[in-house]
Amino acid sequence: MRYLCLIYDKESDIAGMSKGESEAFMGEYFAFTEGIKKSGHHLGGEALHPIQTATTVRVRNGKVSTTDGPFAETKEQLGGFYMIEARDLNDAIQVASKIPSARLGSVEVRPIMEFDQP
Amino acid sequence: MSEDTAEQMRETVDAVYRSDSRRILATLIRLLGDFDLAEEALQEAYAAAVEQWPRDGVPVNPRAWLVSTGRFKAIDGMRRRARFDASLAEVAERLQADAADPSSWADVGVEDDRLRLIFTCCHPALPPDAQIALTLREVCGLKTEEIARAFLTSTPTVAQRIVRAKSKIKSARIPYQVPARADLPGRLDTVLHVIYLVFNEGYSASSGASLTRADLSGEAIRLGRLLVELLPEPEAVGLLALMLLHEARRAARTSPSGEVVLLDDQDRSLWNRDQIAEGSALVERALSSRRFGPYTLQAAIAAVHAEAPHAAATDWAQIVGLYDVLLRADPSPVVELNRAAAVAMRDGPGAGLALVDGILERGDLEDYHLAHSARADLCRRLGRTGEARASYRRALELTRQEPERRFLEGRLEELGDS
Repeated sequence: MRYLCLIYDKESDIAGMSKGESEAFMGEYFAFTEGIKKSGHHLGGEALHPIQTATTVRVRNGKVSTTDGPFAETKEQLGGFYMIEARDLNDAIQVASKIPSARLGSVEVRPIMEFDQP
Repeated sequence: MSEDTAEQMRETVDAVYRSDSRRILATLIRLLGDFDLAEEALQEAYAAAVEQWPRDGVPVNPRAWLVSTGRFKAIDGMRRRARFDASLAEVAERLQADAADPSSWADVGVEDDRLRLIFTCCHPALPPDAQIALTLREVCGLKTEEIARAFLTSTPTVAQRIVRAKSKIKSARIPYQVPARADLPGRLDTVLHVIYLVFNEGYSASSGASLTRADLSGEAIRLGRLLVELLPEPEAVGLLALMLLHEARRAARTSPSGEVVLLDDQDRSLWNRDQIAEGSALVERALSSRRFGPYTLQAAIAAVHAEAPHAAATDWAQIVGLYDVLLRADPSPVVELNRAAAVAMRDGPGAGLALVDGILERGDLEDYHLAHSARADLCRRLGRTGEARASYRRALELTRQEPERRFLEGRLEELGDS
């Protein structure tokens, strides 16, 4: 079963890291990604640019409106994601708990909805 | 068949339902992989028993009969519905194939099924109020209306919690498993917490006119016993001990008119000696494991109280010592407050008051009525009447329990409050 792990960090925490800390943090991420590739959990994953690069798009009455910034202002910001294959929620929680940001921020685990093929 | 025999058979079926329906449900959930399907299958299996047992006699193993009947009824039902929903055909085939393997439905691992059910109902991915509702519904077999009444909420609210929890179990695929050894301590904590919340809700209702709701405490103790039977971890033993030792005082906690009676003033001849003996033995057992935690320590404190023939004979030094250990194991301002009350008994009200004031100054228990009533009591004993009155009034503002209110108002009256 597929789960999306949404990674939320405080961007100010990440931006405030020294060069050494930031490199160590990235190193942890590379090692984590390698690990879940080997274990067969990894389906995909990306890091996102900070929220000041975000644009929110809506269509109302056929008219496109775009606004600067993320959909919702939150204390922690969506900074990246992994799509994983896991046996069940316990397995997914196990994987999510090893994402380096789980220690600093939080990881939201969401099951993917499967639709029957017509 | 005569009417008498029919009546007897009905009673036999009912007796098997009462004693075994939860075990059978737990196994059916594993076999069918779905709570609702399993409940439906359970009902159908009992309906079949009512019909067939009078004709064919009671099977040698009624429980195994009910499990396999329930399972085949579920598969049949799915086949019928598969005419309208092709996806069910595949599920029915898979279940049929599993059913052909006798090792999957024999009595093997049936005890584990009840543990699986408990751990699934108390999965930390479910919200706490849903854990409680689901546990009482599925593990204890309480009706939704009974749970709603016990928790002073509406039936639709409880029903919705249960529906949402089952839906999350299904869509997020919360597995029907006893956690792995490595995850067990954390997962067991959640289970113990659910049981303790149920107990407390029954023991000291958080609001409302009646101070105790005995049924809920009884249910929690039954759950505690079941857990100890299935998984005798020290803290599970400790929690059962704690509940029994508190429950033992039930008759003494309120006066015939429903007023609060504090521990010191309780008529100890009303304490239930059997429950105290059982609780104390369980405390010993948990302590000797050396892997005990906060529940065992609280139970040990309750046991020291229980052993004192009268309030003045209480071994306060031992109680303070146990609170010291508890504070290290599970630091919390409420534990600190209780320790302060014990210190007041050992060293005098002045020493206790200094500690209580320290806690209140930090602001941790500013809105906790028991902190203010504890302070009021210590001030009263020190003859600081004005301060005592002010603290009793603050406690009165904060409490939501009717008997507590009457108790505090009584104390204020004694102090000459107008």
